[in-house]
Amino acid sequence: MNGRKFLAIGLLGAFGAAILPLQSLLQVEAQAAHFRKAGLSIDLRERIGQAGFLAALSGFRSPLAAILWIKAHTAWENTEWGRMAGLFETVTTLQPRSLTYWDMAAWHMAWNASVAALQNEKQPSEALRVRAQRAYIQLGKDFLERGISNNPDRPELHVQLGVLLRDKLEDHCAAANEFFKAAQFPDAPPYVARFAGYEMAKCPGREREAYHYLRQLYQAGEKQRLPTLINLLRKMENDLDIPQADRVASGAESLED
Amino acid sequence: MNTSGPTLAIAKNTFTELVRQKVFFFLLIFALLIIGNSAFMAKFSFQEQFQMLKDISLGAMSVFTSLIAILATANFLPKDMEDRTIYTLLSKPVPRYQYLLGKLLGIIALLGVATLLMSVLFLAILWLRESTVLAETRAQLQGASAEEINSAVKEVTNATFNANLLPGIVIIFIKSTLLASLTLFLSSFATSSIFTIIMAAALYFIGHLQATAREYWLSGVNVEWWSRLLPALVALLFPDLQAFNLTDDIIAGTAVPMALFLNTAGLGILYVTVYFALAALVFSGREL
Repeated sequence: MNGRKFLAIGLLGAFGAAILPLQSLLQVEAQAAHFRKAGLSIDLRERIGQAGFLAALSGFRSPLAAILWIKAHTAWENTEWGRMAGLFETVTTLQPRSLTYWDMAAWHMAWNASVAALQNEKQPSEALRVRAQRAYIQLGKDFLERGISNNPDRPELHVQLGVLLRDKLEDHCAAANEFFKAAQFPDAPPYVARFAGYEMAKCPGREREAYHYLRQLYQAGEKQRLPTLINLLRKMENDLDIPQADRVASGAESLED
Repeated sequence: MNTSGPTLAIAKNTFTELVRQKVFFFLLIFALLIIGNSAFMAKFSFQEQFQMLKDISLGAMSVFTSLIAILATANFLPKDMEDRTIYTLLSKPVPRYQYLLGKLLGIIALLGVATLLMSVLFLAILWLRESTVLAETRAQLQGASAEEINSAVKEVTNATFNANLLPGIVIIFIKSTLLASLTLFLSSFATSSIFTIIMAAALYFIGHLQATAREYWLSGVNVEWWSRLLPALVALLFPDLQAFNLTDDIIAGTAVPMALFLNTAGLGILYVTVYFALAALVFSGREL
């Protein structure tokens, strides 16, 4: 009996040794396909506690992330912005491939928390309120940038970063770059390419490049010929003094937005 | 001699016995969990709702199948010995490996049915929530252009169901069969079901750390030989259960390449076969 037990354990070890290369290969294959990339560090252990860390290690990262997301939602209802930011940090560490979590975390920080900080009645100093507002916007931007680096194969977070740069930071050159990056993905929504052109047109020094880009979009087909695009092309043709014969939007239909 | 006959009869009997033990009552808890979850989530955006519904449902599916696999497998051998049914069975011309195979197949059938029922329930709730959100979206967008409506509908459907959920569910099932087979191996030499359950639970946790231990061992870190011995033993003797945790990333929208799915499934089947063979080897020499 004992002999068989030891033989079984020996065989188990031999089997383990035989499949080591297979396991390593499978791990490489999984990581190349963006699986098993979540980093479970000591820092995360401190944030989620021993039980949470054990759950995360045991293959329950996603339910744990969902539970923490509900906690973050409760923190939002109580307008506990700092606690929310910490919980978002944990959730996105647990589920770095979830676009929803990155996107919503950035939105809460850059839009809700930043506005709340600016309107904070407990802070009499306007300078400090503005500083807090900027810090939250920066935090939102940071979430999107880290989200992008964890999801380099997806366009959605580039679009959201473009929107944040456009609406919150008014950095049109950087916004144009983000929309342009998003537009390079085959599954990007068609409006993203137009957004890239609109923002490029507002970027000092890139007006002519923007004109040629928007012109290409116009020539791409009816789907891109929206009133905003045609109006902008018409304005740019005047501003850039494009010869009448070369203008594309001159004969366009009525251009009411 | 027809070997499949007795095996299938034992498998059928094991399955029926487990059903009679009201194992499927866990489905009620599963249903309550996901229906309750789905009702509670109404205050979240639809992207959050679907994300969390999938997170919790697939997580619960993994917990329930793992628990059934460990508890059902750990229990059968001591129970058959206590009831003395094992003696009746093995006094017939039924080899011991066939007895074990029949038992394992019965438990795998139970796990298959349980996974199927939970999947149907989960997908039905997902579909119902999708229908509700789509109806709300269409109502909100009344008068909008067809392109805008199509884009909004596409956003909802993309957030709800993706075909990758199915390979994810299959991998959850394979992981549970692996656990059943591993528990069978443990129970082949264990003297009580408590011992088997505790050991299987410990192996479950260690198995999830196997990849970390393996990486550490193989990375060639320049440390004392004895500090590399433990990770080496873990890497050699325990299964890599982390390899079967594809659903965390599938829920997040990551697509599973066919090769990765097939290789993971293949690894799972290999583990099941090897653990069964070892269980049969040990059990064949066991004094009953």
